[in-house]
Amino acid sequence: MAAAAARLLIRGSHQTLPISSVGTGKQSCIGNALLTLSSGCNSRLKTQRRHAAHFTFQPDPVPTQYGSTQKMNLFQSITSALDNTLASDPTAVIFGEDVAFGGVFRCTVGLRDKYGKDRVFNTPLCEQGIVGFGIGAAVAGATAIAEIQFADYIFPAFDQIVNEAAKYRYRSGNLFDCGNLTIRAPWGCVGHGSLYHSQSPEAFFAHCPGIKIVIPRGPTQAKGLLLSCIADNNPCIFFEPKILYRAAVEQVPVDAYTIPLSQAEVLQEGSDVTLVAWGTQIHVLREVANMAQEKLGVSCEVVDLRTILPWDTETVCKSVVKTGRLLISHEAPVTGGFAAEISSTVQEECFLNLEAPIARVCGYDTPFPHIFEPFYIPDKWKCFEAIKRMINY
Amino acid sequence: MAAVSSVSRMSGLCFHAVRQRAALNSLRLLQRRSFRLTAMHQQQPFDSSLEKPQFPGASAEFVDHLEFIQPNVISGIPVYRVMDRQGKIINPSEDPQLSKETVLNFYQKMTLLNTMDRILYESQRQGRISFYMTNYGEEGTHIGSAAALESNDIVFGQYREAGVLMYRGFPLDLFMAQCYANADDLGKGRQMPVHYGSKDLNFVTISSPLATQIPQAVGAAYALKRENMNRAVICYFGEGAASEGDAHAGFNFSATLECPMIFFCRNNGYAISTPTNEQYRGDGIAARGPGYGMLSIRVDGNDVFAVYNATKEARRRAVAENQPFLIEAMTYRIGHHSTSDDSSAYRSVDEVNYWDKQDHPISRLRHYMTARSWWSEDDERSWRKQSRKTVMEAFERAERRLKPNPELLFTDVYQEMIPSLSKQRESLFRHIQQYKEHYPLDLYEK
Repeated sequence: MAAAAARLLIRGSHQTLPISSVGTGKQSCIGNALLTLSSGCNSRLKTQRRHAAHFTFQPDPVPTQYGSTQKMNLFQSITSALDNTLASDPTAVIFGEDVAFGGVFRCTVGLRDKYGKDRVFNTPLCEQGIVGFGIGAAVAGATAIAEIQFADYIFPAFDQIVNEAAKYRYRSGNLFDCGNLTIRAPWGCVGHGSLYHSQSPEAFFAHCPGIKIVIPRGPTQAKGLLLSCIADNNPCIFFEPKILYRAAVEQVPVDAYTIPLSQAEVLQEGSDVTLVAWGTQIHVLREVANMAQEKLGVSCEVVDLRTILPWDTETVCKSVVKTGRLLISHEAPVTGGFAAEISSTVQEECFLNLEAPIARVCGYDTPFPHIFEPFYIPDKWKCFEAIKRMINY
Repeated sequence: MAAVSSVSRMSGLCFHAVRQRAALNSLRLLQRRSFRLTAMHQQQPFDSSLEKPQFPGASAEFVDHLEFIQPNVISGIPVYRVMDRQGKIINPSEDPQLSKETVLNFYQKMTLLNTMDRILYESQRQGRISFYMTNYGEEGTHIGSAAALESNDIVFGQYREAGVLMYRGFPLDLFMAQCYANADDLGKGRQMPVHYGSKDLNFVTISSPLATQIPQAVGAAYALKRENMNRAVICYFGEGAASEGDAHAGFNFSATLECPMIFFCRNNGYAISTPTNEQYRGDGIAARGPGYGMLSIRVDGNDVFAVYNATKEARRRAVAENQPFLIEAMTYRIGHHSTSDDSSAYRSVDEVNYWDKQDHPISRLRHYMTARSWWSEDDERSWRKQSRKTVMEAFERAERRLKPNPELLFTDVYQEMIPSLSKQRESLFRHIQQYKEHYPLDLYEK
């Protein structure tokens, strides 16, 4: 434990430096390639100059109830959660593509050395195999933590997740289950990830009873929610906003703690409009709330949904009953996106309270583009404009 | 995945971007140095025949002539057998020398399964259950392999392995309860017939999607290996299912992760209507094993002793050496694929009759027992009568039983009852209160 903590500390102090000084050679290649271009590279290369980041990360207040804290970015808080799990649960194993050397996003750095190669190991490059293997390990009683390298590559495992993992307990009459399975995957846009390193596939899974889908907005949330997923007796998919791996830094408790699943969090109270999002988009909406206050004098309530399935209808509806207006925003395409589910439910539950049509500010119904990303994403200006229209409705 | 190439290209880009200035210089230096190295090589006398391949991906010699490897399909992996079609032991050193009680048990379990198959098949034809799949012709593969395992070994199956459960002592009442989806069904009536499962007997509940159990079995074997409790996993699948991507995943993972498990392929010649020559062009499934670095064997699936021997040895070595084994049991699917299939639409009655009359696992074992005077015509008559009676009794009990409470439609989706589901449950109950006469409520428990 102490060794891991020390390692984390060292890396923590490095995180403001350019990537080249943190990673060593091959070790940092894939993930860093995605992560650096969005910030580190933009001042150096004119041809690659990018739009400024589309969000400003806002750290959570320092948590006091879980003991001592440490400055961690999101990938370090994931490592910390995995470290806590391996330390306390001897059956727990971590596996996937390239996790042994620390992972292409560095989330498993040091864990193999600390816990052994039978507990942190590479698998062959095959997503359906990774999830099937994880289900089997969980059925036999082990805590299985599988990594899919990018959420974009989870689709080969769709059958194992939807037909198998999600239905294991139900179809066997609770004789067998794979509740000890957690699947982690980097998620969301990253500035230049294009079609297959940017996707937000949560809605595909939201139509599948039997699994839980969880997405954190920052390091403290990530650790607490991931530990809840691992402890939960249902198969969980945990999507990690990869753009926050290094960008988001805050004080995170060193010991294990959990944040309950299926509970949204009201981050900012307001009276005129409810804004709902998850993952990185929460930071966009927080900024939008400030803009709305300053420019329009509109008071926004910002709600982080956190768990996509089963989602917290109560918190969202309660907020809409109060404000009478709802804006939902996600990076994923609008048609069939999870905002549709929220919107329809809120319309059913809060019909008499709604003063304007529910607004969905989402990605367009296109594949996620490369050079057009700044135009694709539902950024703060698009959200701001939607609020303006909603208020004037 | 395609990810790899695109990502490495991206990382290349970034690498370039980050170290643009510094890297450019060092790159030039590197190029110069490598040039110098090449030049040095060229100056020395060089004998290319002494060169050994240094590729990390394989350990092999160079060859200096072009030759493609020919798959050996015509003379394939031989079929291991212990007794001939008359039940005579061919090579005494391979005789497993099982006791009379053991062999009688084999025979009774195989024939009991056969009797249950006939009765449930007929009951489906009469519309008393919705669906059924028989095990005709494959009884030997089930019993022979199940007998070679320890009772705490975990079984992952496809759907045509009811004999394994039969061997482990799954009660007839529970087979019937599952097919009837009555209130005694351990699966709570949620799955189609023949999707059996038993926690007590370490038989993981069957699901319809083919081959999904294969990588799962590997994960379970890995977990057992870590527990170090001298347990193994067996995973059954048909030759058709072996074409699924999940089979590839499972074989490869089991070898690279060194899992104590047995892959047991029932090659019965057909996947529904698809004959094997439309399923694969290699030497069956067994020939794929070595490609994954897996010890493999092909056995006569109608020879219960051959199946027993192969499984016994594979199990022993899988546990001792933590490595996977592949057994391909050659057999023939005598029955229709399922009750929703008429196999005469794609194969001849003569072909089916050959296997039913000339080469059947049950008749072969009976020959063996008769030759040792362990079984007589009288034994056969009375056992047939008795087994039919016990199956019929279980059948009638199952048919009389009510279906499970409709509330069980909502439980076990998650371990806990989530709020949205409990709302949906309440809404169903309000609804059926109002429209009772339109629902078959009297058939269900209250």
